[in-house]
Amino acid sequence: MNGDSKHIIRVENLHKAFGTNNVLEGVDIQIEEGKVTTIIGKSGIGKSVLLKNIIGIMKPDKGKIFFKGEDVTALPKSKLLELRKNMGYLFQDAALFDFMTVEENISFPIIEQLKIKSRSEIKKRVAKLLDLVELPGIEKRMPSELSGGMRKRVGLARAIAVEPQVVLFDEPTTGLDPILAENINELIMMVNKKLSMTCLVISHDIASTFRRTDKVAFLHDGTIGFFGNPDEAVASKHPVLKKFISNSFRPLED
Amino acid sequence: MVMIFFDKLGRKIVSKLESLGKFSLFLVEIVRWLFVPPFRFKEIFYYTEKIGVDSIAIVSLSTFTTGMIIGLQLVNILRLLGAEIYAGAGVAFSMSRELAPVITAIVLIAKNGSGMTAEIGSMKVTEQIDALETMTVNPLRYLVVPRLFASILVFPALTALANVVGILGGYVASVYIMQVNKVYYLKEMYFWVDPEDIWSGLIKAFVFGIIVTVICCFNGLNTKGGAKGVGDATTKAVVISTISILIADYFMTYLFISIFLRV
Ligand SMILES: Nc1ncnc2c1ncn2[C@@H]1O[C@H](COP(=O)(O)OP(=O)(O)OP(=O)(O)O)[C@@H](O)[C@H]1O
Ligand SMILES: [Mg+2]
Repeated sequence: MNGDSKHIIRVENLHKAFGTNNVLEGVDIQIEEGKVTTIIGKSGIGKSVLLKNIIGIMKPDKGKIFFKGEDVTALPKSKLLELRKNMGYLFQDAALFDFMTVEENISFPIIEQLKIKSRSEIKKRVAKLLDLVELPGIEKRMPSELSGGMRKRVGLARAIAVEPQVVLFDEPTTGLDPILAENINELIMMVNKKLSMTCLVISHDIASTFRRTDKVAFLHDGTIGFFGNPDEAVASKHPVLKKFISNSFRPLED
Repeated sequence: MVMIFFDKLGRKIVSKLESLGKFSLFLVEIVRWLFVPPFRFKEIFYYTEKIGVDSIAIVSLSTFTTGMIIGLQLVNILRLLGAEIYAGAGVAFSMSRELAPVITAIVLIAKNGSGMTAEIGSMKVTEQIDALETMTVNPLRYLVVPRLFASILVFPALTALANVVGILGGYVASVYIMQVNKVYYLKEMYFWVDPEDIWSGLIKAFVFGIIVTVICCFNGLNTKGGAKGVGDATTKAVVISTISILIADYFMTYLFISIFLRV
């Protein structure tokens, strides 16, 4: 329908304000299918808001969002729910259901979205996902008993549990120690390469994401200030982006 | 100065109207989901147990005490008229028509209504509600509807229990403490109290269950801003639902009296 099939998600002229706080003021971005795109930008600039608009838990004030050529913002609710089965979302603070065990959390989308009923099948899938995020055997724990990093990994397992075509990661590595952060980044690459899911990642962890990501989008002042390969980003003349990147690579001075 | 005042007032009115509109939409959606299968029996059962079973002791204690207090007061007053044998009927009337449903509701608001708001509110501020939506689960359907079904069962059931326990409390106070003749006490009670008295109280309880659940869940879902927001929402939900059940009680009483409760 809408031209190139290369782009699984296309955002056009997206606007979103909260009262007088204009957060997004005309965002245009295209996400290539099967690739990893990383969104960077200052804290509070609207990265999470952008992702929430894409998955449809926030409604844009203006603009269009296409998923595989279909305008998501114009869909009736029933269709929107259908479409959401193609997307997974890792929340910034994991958003695990705190009244459920880890196992119940991960099986939730398996039961609700895939409608799988067999107890043993669900158990098997949960165990496999927990293996994947390197947390085997924590099925019976409650989220309150986990560390921040563990919660994030469980959230990641839950986000990819239904094997969606696109996974949106909101700061998957923030607040983790460097080794764990590296593991998560590798995990995302694995999800992308092995499970061939399109990944859209918000990250502050520029140094390590730039080594792997296919595309970088820089959100600034309500629009996409830069979009391109990591190399191009590093070479960019955009004054704020330049500062943003150089600060991430600069060694500590005195 | 005046302009600022009106500006503020205007804003306040607009925001109140806005929440009223939101609340209406919320009600419409709830009603819609009430009749759409599949019903989440597992959740309904869970909340019924949580709201109901865990409140048996405290509801019994509150209404037993209330029954005793009413018993003492009535015997004390009626004795002046030499009519103390009617105290049992008085206790049964006031328990079944008013006190059992109202006190049960107030206990349940304090114990469970506040919990509903706090649980749902903290889910809201930690993005768990959003997470439900990303997994294509409607939060109203998953969090509110089962609680509503549970409340519809539990409020009348505990009110029925409260009737028994409260009337028993009145009996203990009147007969054992105030030494009223137990045969006449019971005889007058049986003579005067009709099934309608019990029914009217149970209908009230049913309505209270709906009011409390809807208000508490609505406030939970509209919680804003962290742990403080959860606290504020909870306080608000408790206050509003307490006042609402009293107002609703007045209107229901008026209605029942004009239809079938004239004695
Ligand atoms: N539900 C909401 N209601 C009102 N304002 C909101 C809401 N969500 C986000 N905002 C506002 O939108 C702006 C962008 O928020 P957002 O969470 O997207 O930032 P961010 O780029 O993800 O920041 P961070 O890197 O710190 O996570 C902020 O000013 C925030 O206050
Ligand atoms: Mg964010």
